[in-house]
Amino acid sequence: MDITGRKLFVKALQEEGVDTIFGYPGGTVTDLFDELYKQDGINVVLPRHEQGLIHEAEGYARSTGKTGVCLVTSGPGATNIITGLADAHYDSIPLVCFTGQVPLSLIGNDAFQEVDIVGMTRSITKYGVTVQRREDLGRIIKMAFHIAATGRPGPVLIDLPKNIQTTAGPAEYPSSVQIRGYKPNENVHVGQLKKAYKLLRTAKRPLILAGGGIHIARANDLLLKFVEKTRIPVVTTVMGNGAIPTGNSLYVGNSGMHGRYAANIAVSECDVLFSIGTRFNDRITGDLNEFAPKAKIVHIDMDTASISRNVVVDVPVVSDAKLALEKLLEWAESKDTEAWLNQIAAWEQTNPLAMRRDHGMTPQMIFEHVNRTFGEAIYVTDVGQHQMWACQYLELDSWHQLITSGGLGTMGFGLPAAIGASLGNPGKEVVCFCGDGGMQMNIQEMATAVTQGTPVIVCVFNNYYLGMVRQMQQLFYGKRYEATCLRRRRTCPATCKGPNPACPPYTPDFVALAESYGAYGIRVEREEEIQAALDEARTHKDAPTIIEFMISSDEIVLPMVKGGNPNSEMILK
Amino acid sequence: MKNRWIALYVENQVGVLAKVSGLFSGKAYNLQSLTVGTTEDETISRMTICVASDDITFEQIKKQLNRMVEVIKVIDLTGVPIHMKEILFAKVLGISADEKAEVFRIAQVFGVEVTDIGSDSALLECKLTERRNNELIALLRSKFRRIEVVRGGAVAIESISTSCR
Repeated sequence: MDITGRKLFVKALQEEGVDTIFGYPGGTVTDLFDELYKQDGINVVLPRHEQGLIHEAEGYARSTGKTGVCLVTSGPGATNIITGLADAHYDSIPLVCFTGQVPLSLIGNDAFQEVDIVGMTRSITKYGVTVQRREDLGRIIKMAFHIAATGRPGPVLIDLPKNIQTTAGPAEYPSSVQIRGYKPNENVHVGQLKKAYKLLRTAKRPLILAGGGIHIARANDLLLKFVEKTRIPVVTTVMGNGAIPTGNSLYVGNSGMHGRYAANIAVSECDVLFSIGTRFNDRITGDLNEFAPKAKIVHIDMDTASISRNVVVDVPVVSDAKLALEKLLEWAESKDTEAWLNQIAAWEQTNPLAMRRDHGMTPQMIFEHVNRTFGEAIYVTDVGQHQMWACQYLELDSWHQLITSGGLGTMGFGLPAAIGASLGNPGKEVVCFCGDGGMQMNIQEMATAVTQGTPVIVCVFNNYYLGMVRQMQQLFYGKRYEATCLRRRRTCPATCKGPNPACPPYTPDFVALAESYGAYGIRVEREEEIQAALDEARTHKDAPTIIEFMISSDEIVLPMVKGGNPNSEMILK
Repeated sequence: MKNRWIALYVENQVGVLAKVSGLFSGKAYNLQSLTVGTTEDETISRMTICVASDDITFEQIKKQLNRMVEVIKVIDLTGVPIHMKEILFAKVLGISADEKAEVFRIAQVFGVEVTDIGSDSALLECKLTERRNNELIALLRSKFRRIEVVRGGAVAIESISTSCR
């Protein structure tokens, strides 16, 4: 018997095992919401803005490994998820996003709330399609879930015209789908991998560079085993942070623009760079001509197009990180790397990662308290200085512990992603770190957190500035702080040398704002107050807590490599 | 930088051409020509693409095309014996009787047809390689005051027995 498109839509979600859908209604999707009303297996989460919605779905997907599902209306609903699609695309996050669309008969008429969302998002989705025929609906949804989650994961967009939703058609939802142009690699070329391992075995100064691919493939345990067996030190990218526990003696640190001194020097000095699941983003490599100049480079990646794109590699291996590591473990043998490890330790000693302790509260102190307080929490960051500090100072010890917008660098990501992570992991503590700038980019999601009862702890690092840009102005633009001071008002003098007693008050008052949402707000001005604030926030199980940490605007992220410079040339002080 | 050729089998669906051409604009690849038409299987289209690129970029272009869900197969035609032809119409305008005779001589030498004619104009229909078409256009431009040209972009197919292009 035939059923309507809207019924098949819900049936498809059920068969895909979807338990949570992030949805914001509107004219062209009301039928779908009406159908969701009639079922009870799928929790419908209503955010306060579609950008928040898609970051919530990302947070859910990143923390659970399941595919995040979004449902938004046509026109502005659809365009509001574009940033999140790009974010998920860059960080390889599986999403299936349904956008409503005007009826097929109206497409092209500039109808109310009509946009060509598939056209707009073609370059930032893994796959996107407008459903043209009701009989294709089941196959298209099946394809979408398959494509989103397999190979190198990514966002898929299904544009669903209103008339397709109400038209009757086949009731079947296929259990599998064949796509002739889509065959993700499911094997590893053993010959290539052997070549790669041979390089590693004979290396004197071998180094493993672990990227986000380790997390996506859930290969953390395997990597740890491999590393402990071979005694090869590890550096990570931002997305790879936590690939092995940061406390492990073989872990050197993050490399790249704000990497640890020893990690960047190790990359510059190693003779074999064994990289897994990274695309050699410019933030990691710095000046390409000076990147790992003494090393033979091995690159294991799922995505053929990521190999030899930015960095020409000596041994390419197209493979899922897990498959490759399983094979490598069969061959792995102990290796004497003591001299090399000692050398790295010596570099670490010359320039350890640390902030001043002589006056006032620093981000490092906050993270030290966080590290002592939370055992199994999921950490989420927004984008900016706090994000880099989090990558430097947070102690991570399992794959799901740090969620961050690494590729697109989306301010406004943190709060909604934390809510999504909390919804996907009921009962688990979720701590979000955010700057005062990024916090205001999706602040409306505080209402979502309150209504969903997600007790996320939001640590706002308030330095009154858009700190990362301010830092660049300070170092490279003669301290001309144009458009980065968030206290600045029209009454301020035209040029400003920085904070002074005459500065206007900050707006908003985050504590009062939290309370107005029905959440909790705590302000922390001194180090002695950090622990009590964290402890209090942990007791709030019914609603989120904002802890506003008042930090100095002078605090900058160091080390820093100026964009385009070699990684070995770090600004350290 | 040199011209390279790719044959591409893609799903014959709405938006696929936009996606393929969007890849070239979005990633600043230098697209020289692109033709598309359906194949013996009407669910599949075949594109013939010419790009100007260095070796590394060309490898990257092939990989990027390969990972598109809608792309079924990428064939690198570099160094492969192929037959390649491009349709070209060239109108020569404002010509005298003597010049018209010259047009006919040129047509004969290039092996193309004079397919339409007026009191002071002639239309050449050419099915040559792209390079040969370029040469013909250059010649016509040097000899006549006004010409009007429309080109179809090259299509290519792998040879069966010959190695001529």
